[in-house]
Amino acid sequence: MVSTLCLFALGGESPAEQRFPPPDFTETGHQLPVTTTPPPRALWVHYLDVAVLAGALALALWLIYKKRSRRGLFWLSIFSVAWFGFWKKGCVCAIGAPQNVAYALFHPEYAVPLTVVAFFALPLIVALFAGRAFCAAVCPHGALQDLVLVKPVKVPAWLEHALGVLPFVFLGFGLSFAATGSGFPVCRYDPIVPIFRLNGPSLMVALGVLTLLLGLWVGRPYCRFACPYGALLRLAALVSRWRVRVTPDSCTQCRLCENACPFGAMREPSPGVASPPFVRGDRRRLAALLGLLPVLVAAGALIGHRLGPAVAKLDPTVALAERFLQQQQSPVDHGLMTPEALSLQRAERDPKGLLQAAAEMRGRFVLACALFGGWVGLVLGVKLVSLSVHVRRADFEPDRGACFACARCFRSCPQELVRLGLMPAAEAPRPASEPQAVNA
Amino acid sequence: MNASTPSEPTSRRAFLRHGARLLGMTALGALGGALAGRSRSEGWVWQIDPAKCLHCGNCATECVLEQSAVKCVHAFALCGYCNLCTGYFEPEPNALTTAAENQLCPTGAIQRTFIEDPYYEYTIDEELCIGCAKCVEGCSRFGNGSLFLQIRHDRCVNCNECAIARTCPGDAFRRVPASRPYLLKTSHAQ
Repeated sequence: MVSTLCLFALGGESPAEQRFPPPDFTETGHQLPVTTTPPPRALWVHYLDVAVLAGALALALWLIYKKRSRRGLFWLSIFSVAWFGFWKKGCVCAIGAPQNVAYALFHPEYAVPLTVVAFFALPLIVALFAGRAFCAAVCPHGALQDLVLVKPVKVPAWLEHALGVLPFVFLGFGLSFAATGSGFPVCRYDPIVPIFRLNGPSLMVALGVLTLLLGLWVGRPYCRFACPYGALLRLAALVSRWRVRVTPDSCTQCRLCENACPFGAMREPSPGVASPPFVRGDRRRLAALLGLLPVLVAAGALIGHRLGPAVAKLDPTVALAERFLQQQQSPVDHGLMTPEALSLQRAERDPKGLLQAAAEMRGRFVLACALFGGWVGLVLGVKLVSLSVHVRRADFEPDRGACFACARCFRSCPQELVRLGLMPAAEAPRPASEPQAVNA
Repeated sequence: MNASTPSEPTSRRAFLRHGARLLGMTALGALGGALAGRSRSEGWVWQIDPAKCLHCGNCATECVLEQSAVKCVHAFALCGYCNLCTGYFEPEPNALTTAAENQLCPTGAIQRTFIEDPYYEYTIDEELCIGCAKCVEGCSRFGNGSLFLQIRHDRCVNCNECAIARTCPGDAFRRVPASRPYLLKTSHAQ
């Protein structure tokens, strides 16, 4: 009754107006309910995550180096997928953390949570000393892909090398866009997290399902050909103090481990010293490639700079400004109360402020794109250089950077079987005192 | 491997590796030091500023979660407890009853309870609410504006880049400290 009468007295549109005085409930003495405010995750839950990460890393190291146990890593993988994946819904995760660090470095007003710093730094420190133990069974993305791998196929070396550049490109993409405050692309284009959340944008869900399907045959496709944090860990693992070795004592070059690695990380012993003309040609090529490096960086930066304004249209503010300017030239009816119409109304209220914000955002995008382009040039150049540098190896061993420390190759080594008592020492191939003829 | 045994002299490669590792540790340390000064144990969370919200309906569809983490909440102290609640009823309801055809909410998430003549209390069933803001629009346009949208932190996964914030026409999303995670309407002075 009261309210129907009041409806006639309606003014225009002003939400901050108390049109109907709240009743005082003198008759019934009704108590007003309190608006509930469920809190975000408590601080101790965040610290628990860091503790679980540290514990899982320590356990992984023990399983890889001390126990040399694939089975142990398998169970740790299941735990990681359950805890960091499905329980935590893929957040907080180390893969996106470099972006937060980059964002925090260039935006003093953003206080990066300590949890994120810990997730960024701990796996890297471990990788600097003992390789990619994080990838082995702690990272939920890697662990899930590792678990679905049923029938590994070998990726041809040329494809492996070509696609191996992508993680570094993705890393540069994420870092340059986060540093300039233009977005967090690594999180936006993560195909595995929608699987953990069991929903997400349809494109990313489809990509996630595709990644896992591909992962049935191609070992860890995301880790090898996309993961930006994996690129950082690869760099750290390249200089690690300790490394995963196939054999517990000495390699007899029996070649039994050759096909044990589903991730293309096994390297065979390199042939002996090449003849002088070969070396001379190699050196000349290396010098040419080193000279090409700055050219590639400059070209990349230039292309990025040119593409910047187009990429900037991905940003909501820039997109709105573009739409606003277009609307003034040729008005389009967006309907009543649609998000498009509402945002245009906001633009009309303060066109100057919006255009200024959009111009600033576009500037950031151009800078981010130029940085990213330069980085892509650098990555391509370094890849070319690395292809012409030869590493001398005496034994079969996993590549330091590419090895995920999954422990699959251990059991392929007869020396390991002897160590475990699964094979009498007499049956094992005898240690070769010098490299066999096949490798010469 | 080169220089794996201590008796061998350190090779050039091992020396470079050693140096790079030291460099990496130093860089990580410097980065950690630079961040530690600024980082806080307490994080940031996303929240909607009700003063800027335009009730467009994006919150129901843009969240990365299947059921949006944005829900309608009710500031009871601001509510007029109207019989004809414009947040609850369709613009021209057949009758002021709880029959489904009279309700504005597409999921029937608002409960209407009789308190005393002529006052009714409206509470939100969060399990049913999808955050479409139809009731918020009705309440703000014709009523007291006591219904408004908030991110519920028991559901929000706190993405680095909130998917709804990207498409919010009112630019109403912002990061707030985790210790004060809600921007509630408490008075009309806001």
